[in-house]
Amino acid sequence: MSKTNLTRRGVLRTGAVAGAGLALPTYLSAASHSGFTNAPGDSTVTLGFNVPQTGPYADEGADELRAYELAVEHLNGGGDGGMLPTFSSKALDGTGILGRKVEYVTGDTQTKSDAARASAKSMIEKDGAIMITGGSSSGVAVAVQALCQEAGVIFMAGLTHSNDTTGKDKRANGFRHFFNSYMSGAALAPILADNYGNDRKAYHLTADYNWGYTTEEAVRNSTEALGWETVAAVKTPLTQTDFSSYIAPVLQSGADVLVLNHYGGNMVNSLTNAVQFGLRDKQVNGKNFEIIVPLYSRLMAKGAGANVKGIFGSTNWHWSLQDEGSKAFVKSFGTKYGFPPSQAAHTCYVQTLLYADAVTRAGSFNPCAVVEALEGFEFDGLGNGPTLYRAEDHQCFKDVLVVKGKENPTSEFDLLEIVEVTPRDQVTYDPSIFGGELGTCNPGA
Amino acid sequence: MFGLEKKDATLLLLVAALTIFAPFLLNPFPEGSAMAQFNAGYPDLMQRFVIFGIFAIGFNILFGLTGYLSFGHAAFLGVGSYAAVWMFKLLSMNVLPAILLAVVMSGLFALLIGYISLRRSGIYFSILTLAFAQMMFALAYSVLTPITGGETGLQLALSDPRILDGGTADGNLPVPGLFGLEMRDSAQLELGAWVFTFNIGYYFCAIVMLLAFYLAIRIFRSPFGMMLRAIKSNQQRLNYTGLNPKPYTLAAFVISGMYAGLAGALMASMDPLAGAERMFWTASGEVVLMTILGGVGTLIGPVLGAGAIKYMENIISKINSDILHGWFAFLPDGLEDFIVAVIYPFIGKGWHLTLGLIFMAVVIFLPGGLVEGGQRIARAFRRKKPDTPKSAKTEPAE
Repeated sequence: MSKTNLTRRGVLRTGAVAGAGLALPTYLSAASHSGFTNAPGDSTVTLGFNVPQTGPYADEGADELRAYELAVEHLNGGGDGGMLPTFSSKALDGTGILGRKVEYVTGDTQTKSDAARASAKSMIEKDGAIMITGGSSSGVAVAVQALCQEAGVIFMAGLTHSNDTTGKDKRANGFRHFFNSYMSGAALAPILADNYGNDRKAYHLTADYNWGYTTEEAVRNSTEALGWETVAAVKTPLTQTDFSSYIAPVLQSGADVLVLNHYGGNMVNSLTNAVQFGLRDKQVNGKNFEIIVPLYSRLMAKGAGANVKGIFGSTNWHWSLQDEGSKAFVKSFGTKYGFPPSQAAHTCYVQTLLYADAVTRAGSFNPCAVVEALEGFEFDGLGNGPTLYRAEDHQCFKDVLVVKGKENPTSEFDLLEIVEVTPRDQVTYDPSIFGGELGTCNPGA
Repeated sequence: MFGLEKKDATLLLLVAALTIFAPFLLNPFPEGSAMAQFNAGYPDLMQRFVIFGIFAIGFNILFGLTGYLSFGHAAFLGVGSYAAVWMFKLLSMNVLPAILLAVVMSGLFALLIGYISLRRSGIYFSILTLAFAQMMFALAYSVLTPITGGETGLQLALSDPRILDGGTADGNLPVPGLFGLEMRDSAQLELGAWVFTFNIGYYFCAIVMLLAFYLAIRIFRSPFGMMLRAIKSNQQRLNYTGLNPKPYTLAAFVISGMYAGLAGALMASMDPLAGAERMFWTASGEVVLMTILGGVGTLIGPVLGAGAIKYMENIISKINSDILHGWFAFLPDGLEDFIVAVIYPFIGKGWHLTLGLIFMAVVIFLPGGLVEGGQRIARAFRRKKPDTPKSAKTEPAE
């Protein structure tokens, strides 16, 4: 099977060809050097919208994409301008970003870190995207944020609620407008104490992944500080669809509060199971049994239907808010798509505007200039009241909404009512508590 | 040449030429044109082509030769990735130690899982491997979070020790490299409207893939390979002749696991992050698809299949309705909307549907995969010899 025909000439020829082939890439020099990755041309600028279009968070992803398209339309001067007129910074004038028309590319994260990174990489390497935004899960957000840091583009996180995104895994090129688990806990705990008293026994069911852990920890810490006792904390697999076997032991444990650290389909199923088991009609320790869902979204409330009535949770934004910014956004989103936006849509829309505004104020697309413009930026009029982009961890600090499932919904979208708007100061924390290092901004090439 | 028969040497040279000139071949459309959407010559995708090529070549050594269908091969890919990232974190950003440890670790895991799973054959073997892979996925996703980073995946951090590199002081993470050559460095060549990107990481992966391909040819043509084929065609007869097939299948399983580990290490070298999704059963299923799509038991088939699937995943999935409207803008409005509505389910998030249709078409009409398609075309052009020569090519799976 082996037949060797080595001749001197043959070896020389093969060697020369192979050598030339290998030397080719090093011989050619990098062509365009503008100081940073993907510097846009004179007429257009490309943004990358990387959202889950398939998988468990496809609903959120679809809503995020709608918001991005709306934001691009408004940035280019189309539609009614949405939140541009209510935004406290007046740098944006509807002529695109720095006079360049905004274009976009989309990708599917599939809610998998690998797929999300592949999609973001193709946006950066192939389509020349100068900013990547999106994501509907913390794992994906953290992975794509790290990628953007390495590649030297800005990452504006979409829906990601884990502490890690701007905690342990924060990056200088990444920014998050959405709130996090810690803030949920800090906002919820006082309301829970007011409504349910200070001597409750809580039982946690926690989705077995990173976001679940940080949420459980946040709720535990803040409720225990108010005198609650945590009876047990049980992890449930992310892929679980039937939670009956997890619900049954709750009643035997002597707990009188069930905390569901679940999101999306998980929460819809676990809450439905819990209600079907009649937990909410039970009396334990002489008190009514209660259920809590730390992170609420309208899409989840819709999935769980009547089961959410009277259940407390927190949310980043809700379309029923009555400030000027929210009203303007709900109006233009509703006009275009025929229904009110979700909190995921809101945060994505706001992130796009904030990026465009930062570029305009900095006068440059250079990521380092953008980082500088966003760090410590105080703004208002985007639906959450006065908001600060903290320089230490690139996390937005703003009021947090504590909501409750509505008893008498008037429409299929009117499912949550706002119980309290927890002021910003109450949810602000020391940036060093989660560890991690921001590093320095990376402009890439 | 290289100790190969002429036919195999030609195939190897052909693959070498294809990989070396891939940046040109994959970028046939000028930058900025409407067709540029279909260009695949950017570093990330080219790297994926060759890395998944390695994965599929290794899988084919097991599936193509012995007929044992492992449904948990992605587990070894994941083990390789985690091992490589840990090497980056602890030892050095040089890719060589990372690749070495990854191959060794995945080999060990393959030995353990193979030893247990290979007690059964057929569907039971597949189910066993699937169970192991899902177990490893679940462990990596939650219980082993301190080692694997759980859902967020294992990432580099500024504070990692990196003993050989002496850590880094500045504010940005170091990048994997090979003695100073950074894997993500690229050079661009502009020829008129065309832009070609030459990426160091890609060429590194390409060289590794050529070595892996060469090794696969040698295995296919060796007495060992013959033995594996004997196991596939009739294991019982082999037993009766007094041969114990177990060591051979186990060796094939371990080799193929090490190939997967190598692919995992290369993935981590190109992009230093390891996530548990890499080990999910769909990832294992994907490599089965790649191998069948390209042609089971053929040498080049799995590489073609890997390329086809990764191309669909990365190119078709990015076409959105706006782009479609752009293409058909020349049509009258009603017709444009109609055509867009017809095509829309098959692009963007519907790329799985397109892939499924193509897969069905291949399995029904070309049971030997894309390789058989190529052979049929070649035969149509080469009429003079009606009998296909008794060639070195292997027969596709039964």
